Amino acid sequence: MLANLGYGVLVITLLISLYGIAAAIQGARRKNTSWLDSARNAMLLTGPLVTLAVICLVVLLVNGNYEVEYVASYTSNSMPLYLKITALWGGQAGSLVFWTWLLSIFASAVTLRDWQRDREFLPWVIVVVLVTLIFFLGLIIFIENPFARLWEIPGGMIVKSMFPPSIAVLYTQTDGNGLNPLLRHPGMVLHPPMLYLGFVSFVIPFAFAIAALITGRTDDRWIRITRRWAIIAWLFLSLGIVLGSRWAYDVMGWGGYWAWDPVEISALMPWLSGTAFLHSAIIQEKRGMLKQWNMVLVILTYDLVIFGTFLTRSGMLSSVHAFAQSAIGPLFFAFIAFTFIASITLLLHRWDELKTEERMTSLFSKEALFLVNNLLFMGILVICFWGVIFPLLSELFTGQKVMVGPPYYEKATAPLFAALLLLMGIAPLAAWGHSNYKALGKSIRLPAIFVLLILIYAVIRGVKNPWALLGFGLCAFVMAVIVYEFWRGIRARQKIKGESFFKALWQLTTRNRRRYGGYIIHLGVVLMALGIIGIEMFQSETQGTIAQGEQLNLRGYTLRYDGLSIFDTTDGRNISRAVVSVYKDGKFLQELYPRRDYYYENQQQVTIPGVRSTWEDDLYVILIDWEPVSAEGATFKIFHNPLINWLWVGSIVFILGALIAAWPERDQSTVRNRVAKQNYSASEV
Amino acid sequence: MVTPSTEKPEQKKSKPNRSFWWRILVWLMLVAFLIILGLGLFRTQQGVMAIGDELPDVTLTTFDGQEIRFNDLEGKIVVVNFWASWCKPCEQEAAELEAAWQYYEPSGNVVFLGVAYADTESEARAYLEKFNISYPNGLDLGTRISNAFRIGGVPETFVFDRNHVLQFVQIGPFQSLSQIKSVIDTYLKP
Amino acid sequence: MTSLLRSLGITIILVSIFVVNTKAQTPPPTPNDDQINAVARELYCPVCENIPLDVCGTQACEQWRGLIREKLMQGWSKEQIKQYFVDQYGDRVLATPPAKGFNWLIYIIPPLVILLGTYFLYRAFVTWKKIEKPAENDARSYPNQDEYVSRLEEELKNR
Repeated sequence: MLANLGYGVLVITLLISLYGIAAAIQGARRKNTSWLDSARNAMLLTGPLVTLAVICLVVLLVNGNYEVEYVASYTSNSMPLYLKITALWGGQAGSLVFWTWLLSIFASAVTLRDWQRDREFLPWVIVVVLVTLIFFLGLIIFIENPFARLWEIPGGMIVKSMFPPSIAVLYTQTDGNGLNPLLRHPGMVLHPPMLYLGFVSFVIPFAFAIAALITGRTDDRWIRITRRWAIIAWLFLSLGIVLGSRWAYDVMGWGGYWAWDPVEISALMPWLSGTAFLHSAIIQEKRGMLKQWNMVLVILTYDLVIFGTFLTRSGMLSSVHAFAQSAIGPLFFAFIAFTFIASITLLLHRWDELKTEERMTSLFSKEALFLVNNLLFMGILVICFWGVIFPLLSELFTGQKVMVGPPYYEKATAPLFAALLLLMGIAPLAAWGHSNYKALGKSIRLPAIFVLLILIYAVIRGVKNPWALLGFGLCAFVMAVIVYEFWRGIRARQKIKGESFFKALWQLTTRNRRRYGGYIIHLGVVLMALGIIGIEMFQSETQGTIAQGEQLNLRGYTLRYDGLSIFDTTDGRNISRAVVSVYKDGKFLQELYPRRDYYYENQQQVTIPGVRSTWEDDLYVILIDWEPVSAEGATFKIFHNPLINWLWVGSIVFILGALIAAWPERDQSTVRNRVAKQNYSASEV
Repeated sequence: MVTPSTEKPEQKKSKPNRSFWWRILVWLMLVAFLIILGLGLFRTQQGVMAIGDELPDVTLTTFDGQEIRFNDLEGKIVVVNFWASWCKPCEQEAAELEAAWQYYEPSGNVVFLGVAYADTESEARAYLEKFNISYPNGLDLGTRISNAFRIGGVPETFVFDRNHVLQFVQIGPFQSLSQIKSVIDTYLKP
Repeated sequence: MTSLLRSLGITIILVSIFVVNTKAQTPPPTPNDDQINAVARELYCPVCENIPLDVCGTQACEQWRGLIREKLMQGWSKEQIKQYFVDQYGDRVLATPPAKGFNWLIYIIPPLVILLGTYFLYRAFVTWKKIEKPAENDARSYPNQDEYVSRLEEELKNR
């Protein structure tokens, strides 16, 4: 009956949301506060209601109520509790519920903010958020219902239906099919929630942008409200992408972290436009420029979120991540068409009112560099978009299926990423408003010396690849500039306020979280770039079949195959686990245990590499094959991934920086008042 | 700080014309994008060839080096089976398909064609030998045949009537010889 | 490093090795797994889309790798083998579409769009600068360090 409750609650939420939209429009048209309050309450209710539905589904999953089709398909008796909960987002229907749940929580949260000074936005924010919510609720209720049960009808047929067909009895399996083994990884517990949070939270900036377009209040107010939401959304999205690549590295057995798979790219695309927005939003705040462009970026980001979700879920892409083919395609397509057309109509309608007042002053001004940054991000976005869409085009026009794989993306985006790195180093040095060659040249001197030292060190260490040297040089440059920036700030504070070094550092960072948080993010990016350069340019691999006691060699490492054991576990796996000893220059380092888990219940296997991680490199050993009878010979594939761990360290620094940038300001009220005053005077003009 | 924009006169002159074309361009791009997406989605949703579709005019090069153009098989019932040597379920129906072929071959009214999907030649030949398959089989060169039939996997079997209209699709293996016979007999009757 | 061919465990391949080895006067050395992977890495089989052949674990991919081994033993070059796969299974086996016909679009459109974007940005800069010219009254040459300190001070005051 829990299934009925969950389903019923979702239907009620749908009705309440419909009411909320009607009330909000009514309130906006009549300028009626009570209608508006009612709409606001309606939206406030959605969060708790969908939470209730999610609790129902989770209880069903955990209890193993196998009469519910979703529970039977994605859980099994042998799964531990946390995996049963994870099954919530293990399949199409459940993950739609999960997505809807996050959206409803954001919907409720946004009603709770202080709307005093921007009440005219409220009805339209409600409309936009609730329309999105209704769309997802509709998908769940009418097409992909996780609460649908299995029924046995007289002919012995099993049918899936929410409501009992005539003369049918509930069909309950004794055990479920279990979760896809690839999803049974700690990374998978966190990766989808973070990614979905990132996707969902971009709805809020979009809602404010649309509200600004509808009301015509196109001053800076919306961008100031949106900024924090956007940083939070971006933080989650980044976290989701990073966790996803870590997961790929750990369980996919590719020896890599990113495969330029269409589904990965569809998560990257909103991240790219979101990142561009975070940068250009700063210019609008500081200089009042780029209003049109920012509007475009926010709308684009939201549309890319919806587009990416559509690609992943409609069955149009086949990939490791894609969900099975599903009937949600047409409805999703309609929603995409609706949001794209509606947002572009609105945007073009207000286009001329979004004109910029202030002008650029110098090619080397910070604004100009930010614009170049935007151009580069958009360039990468275009490459990604075109790569994802091209196979569709090709199939439609030539009937030929083609693959657009990693080489295309790597070659096309590498120069742009390098340019971004360069920019990341130059931009902090360029002053707001104006700067000239001379000033720039002067401040570059110190970092340049550092770059030179690093390059000399790299050459001594035997790096000969010119592209790698370029990459390392750029990384060193950015790092030097960031350290220099911190040092200058600290020095200045010490001079003015007489603070100690650490106090100055603390004050500097906390007083201007966005700038210094941003620098820390950049520092993280540089570290990540180190890891990426390492694995992309210096990865080496070997594969061989060896008998027990024999060895494989790679990059100074020696790997000896010691033995193999095959055994069953209590949770329904058959594990084949090899023992290999790793030696470097004849010295024993450690044992590694690459293994392959075979899951009986869904007859799938997962390759778990044995990895030895150091700051310098990873030795990544995969068990490819073995002789089951004698366990004498086994095939191993070994990857040597230099510097890869800097990618993960960089990610942590990156997320820390993003947290600092997104952290609420302590003296928010005073800032707000100041902003509000400005805006009032602005709207009075 | 924020003041209503005061437009420069020289900008205004050329404005309406240019922005009009920009808008048209934006809409055109959006429409093109939606059409592509829609068509792609339509294709995905279509799934395998639908009942009532015509036999695609493709050519199968058999392992014996024979070229069989599907349209040359006029007036005959055509059974096209997609399989692969790496496909376990395919093995379930291999013997039955061959038996069915043995049964219908003398009449000359039914043609069986086997298409090996994403298979390697040596493996495919070994498979045919293993199951003693005697009807014409060949590799799906350039995956052209499977594209034309829009197969979703292997095994899949398509049965066309004498007018080369698709009448029956079996997704997954046939369960028995009698099942194959009952399908073919339905369309064999004049 | 021994390659006993045990990994694949396919008798046919063993047979074919035997045949090849007896036929050829100077048999090329048996290719090891690394040589096979070097070719396989650039190919994709239609069965597991988006996963390169060298890491794909399905039976179909294993057979394809066996085919690469066969071809390598016949002395084929990497390009020849790739071309063979294209002929057999279509363009989709390649990691990127071959640059011909309709496929040119994939290589041309992104650079064009980026160039166009650069052009627009450049034009915007130029027009902005022109408009700005008369109002060029900012002092822009004061020493960098002082400027920075004053800027920082101002920012701190504002917070």
